[in-house]
Amino acid sequence: MATAALTAEREHYLNTDYGIRSWLLTTDHKRIALLYLVTITLFFFIGGFFALLIRLELLTPAGDLVQADTYNKLFTMHGQVMIFFFLIPSIPAVLGNFLVPMMVGAKDLAFPRINLLSWYLLVIAGIIMLHCIITGGVDSGWTFYTPFSTAFSNTKVIEAGIAIFIAGFSSILTGLNFVVTIHRMRAPGMTWSRLPLFIWAHYATSIIQLLGTPVLAVTLLLVVFERAFNLGIFDPTRGGDPLLFQHLFWFYSHPAVYIMILPSMGVVAEIIPCFSRKRIFGYSAVAMSSIAIAVFGFLVWAHHMFVAGISLYSAMIFSILSYLVAVPSAIKVFNWTATMYKGSIRFNTPMLYAMGFIGLFTMGGLTGLFLAALGIDVHVTDTYFVVAHFHYIMVGGAVMGYLGGMHFWWPKISGRMYPEWLGRFAALTVFLGFNLTFFPQFILGYLGMPRRYWQYPPEFQVLNVMSTAGSTILAVGYVLPMVYFLWSMRYGKIADANPWGAAGLEWKTASPPPTSNFEEIPEVTWEAYNYHEIPAPEEVPVGLQPTRN
Amino acid sequence: MSEHIVSSKLYIGIWATLMCLTVITATVAFVDLGPLNTVVALLIATLKALLVVLFFMHVKYTSEKLTKMVIVSAVFWLLILLFLSLADYTTRGIGHA
Amino acid sequence: MAYSPLAIEHKEGLQHQFVDAEQQRNAVSLGMWLFLATEIMFFGGMFCAYLVYRYWYYNEFAAGSRSIDIYLGTINTAVLICSSLTVALGVKAAQLGKRKLLVTLLLITLLFGLAFLAIKGVEWYDKYKEHHIPGPSFSAQDLIEKYPQIPIDPRPTQIYFSLYFAMTGLHALHMIVGVGIFSFILFQAWKGRFTPEYHTPVEISGLYWHFVDIIWIYLFPLLYLIDRKPLK
Repeated sequence: MATAALTAEREHYLNTDYGIRSWLLTTDHKRIALLYLVTITLFFFIGGFFALLIRLELLTPAGDLVQADTYNKLFTMHGQVMIFFFLIPSIPAVLGNFLVPMMVGAKDLAFPRINLLSWYLLVIAGIIMLHCIITGGVDSGWTFYTPFSTAFSNTKVIEAGIAIFIAGFSSILTGLNFVVTIHRMRAPGMTWSRLPLFIWAHYATSIIQLLGTPVLAVTLLLVVFERAFNLGIFDPTRGGDPLLFQHLFWFYSHPAVYIMILPSMGVVAEIIPCFSRKRIFGYSAVAMSSIAIAVFGFLVWAHHMFVAGISLYSAMIFSILSYLVAVPSAIKVFNWTATMYKGSIRFNTPMLYAMGFIGLFTMGGLTGLFLAALGIDVHVTDTYFVVAHFHYIMVGGAVMGYLGGMHFWWPKISGRMYPEWLGRFAALTVFLGFNLTFFPQFILGYLGMPRRYWQYPPEFQVLNVMSTAGSTILAVGYVLPMVYFLWSMRYGKIADANPWGAAGLEWKTASPPPTSNFEEIPEVTWEAYNYHEIPAPEEVPVGLQPTRN
Repeated sequence: MSEHIVSSKLYIGIWATLMCLTVITATVAFVDLGPLNTVVALLIATLKALLVVLFFMHVKYTSEKLTKMVIVSAVFWLLILLFLSLADYTTRGIGHA
Repeated sequence: MAYSPLAIEHKEGLQHQFVDAEQQRNAVSLGMWLFLATEIMFFGGMFCAYLVYRYWYYNEFAAGSRSIDIYLGTINTAVLICSSLTVALGVKAAQLGKRKLLVTLLLITLLFGLAFLAIKGVEWYDKYKEHHIPGPSFSAQDLIEKYPQIPIDPRPTQIYFSLYFAMTGLHALHMIVGVGIFSFILFQAWKGRFTPEYHTPVEISGLYWHFVDIIWIYLFPLLYLIDRKPLK
């Protein structure tokens, strides 16, 4: 076949070596990125399967699909799998691993073997988690609150804790690799102020991974010790404080949500300028906001504990700090929007995801401010309002950013174009399905429906049915890209080096790239997002005509 | 990491200082200084840690500002955890029945 | 000017992703320091728990602290300080290419490390004998009788010992890993792997060892020296 002949002539990272050993023992960051892609996609569908069961149970007010204990396991494992085995790795381990070396102009990450170790740690953790799920699961909530998780739960808390502990080290090592690579391996001329914002976002993410994850690790270890060796650190009957667990847990788990959203913001910061044919508005502000989010994100954790029994005075402190942390995120939203203003907008699939991200992330972020207000939080905490809030950010934000990034860089990763109209259709399906699933949940929470309950009063049914209906549409929207990405690897149009006319070093090398990334390491003399110098590609379908370039 | 070679005499001097500080901190523990006991013990420990970091770990001789940034940041982050947690624990019970 | 990565010779120990040996050294060193930063936060979580409970249960912590052996603790602190000296001198030997000296110093370091673990084992055994291991067999009765001047609630006394075992246990685990790492470094040094130009593994292993020493430098006063003043 002619297309196969074209790619077969040139050697690149996919065809340079064949066989399972060349993949399982690879140290090429691009191959490791694909190993991660397979792993996290598998866990995405496992976590999604639990979500579907939850939504099925919630179709009716009565608890008639599963028993209450089983329902507890469903939402626990949905949360654990989605957070630790999909969201936390997703963009950094797939897109970050693939792109960070290329974007800074390096041949690989600083520590390629540690990169491979990171993947193996996630796989081992995943196997332990799967075993835990299959042999009975956990019912403590992904939050492992004590003393239920330490003293009263009859499920496999130790196994789940160990699985997440190991997954945490995968995350730490990825962050370590990125920080060293960004500091030490930039190409000549690639100064900090010329770095793509994707890199700034991953740098900030890596700081959080390095400084936050160890606290989760030691906390889960203490929970395991308490269950296994009877060490009573969180045991109230021996004077322990369950709130201490929550302080230690949320010290990581709040910054963790910034681990999940910052990389997505980095993706959006690459897509928006490309499909507006304009440099990013306020480069320094966006870069510094990433760092600010990473730093401030560590100062707000007890806003998860407002009604748990912390002192009123500390609650006020954490409330004010939580308002402050929203500011850098808002700065980013303003800057992305300003980038689009008077740009030459093209509505390709990545851009649809990025625009969806901006709207949905804004809604999720603003509702976070509702929750940061102590008076409102008393009423809506532990209701579906919170569930809707974090799904707007995690799904409407992070997952949309992830999908947008996968579409944007798919030509670079695979050398093929995905089918554009199918991509747009899937993006719109995701957007519609998402809103139908989660917007009713804001109303449900406001009306008082508690979260983590497997039955509810009949007056809540209509909104729950809407939510479940939306989730089925959302599922279709998620399955479609998997199908057509796979399809495109064999039948997709061959992509050239820069099909989008995008800025960035990764677009200066072939699609797919050679194993060493660049034939010659470039010397950078231009600023980031130099769209005034890059011609728009001809074949890409055009959206709106520019009023001024 | 610089390739600055530190004299063995300096290493041994630092070692001797550390040993002395250890004996001092153990002995002072038996003296009643009230709340100052804890302060003194932690100050001595911090001094010992600084000696190890600066001399044994060569931080005094490195030209890498980034190394110092990493150490300072880690300590600062630990202090965030400790102090903001204490903000809760030390203000509980105020104003409650 | 651009250059082709293919034209760089691969010198001994230089990995392909690095441009030159200096970049590799700087990257590896930064990597180890970042790892130590994560370890500060890892132990930091336990220091936080310690801080909270010492604030709540000072008396129980004071009694528990008196029950562990200050002499063994001081000796162990000295052992680790000596081991840090031999590590620092060992790194210097590597810098100067003195293979025999390096091997000797690494061996002595290992012996110090094993001595620390042995003494720690003795201390833990003492706690076992005294029924101070948290759980069903725990009893604070001996402390209540021995220190009538200190009002002791037996239940939170278990928390002191829980933290004692968690903190010294995780520290000991890090020591064991350090012993393992240094055994490997010793083997490589004995085979002549390290030169004045290439001894980064010795340096960064030394950083790890010094860090474990620093953790103990804090654990010692926090666990052993809470309250040792003479009781009336």
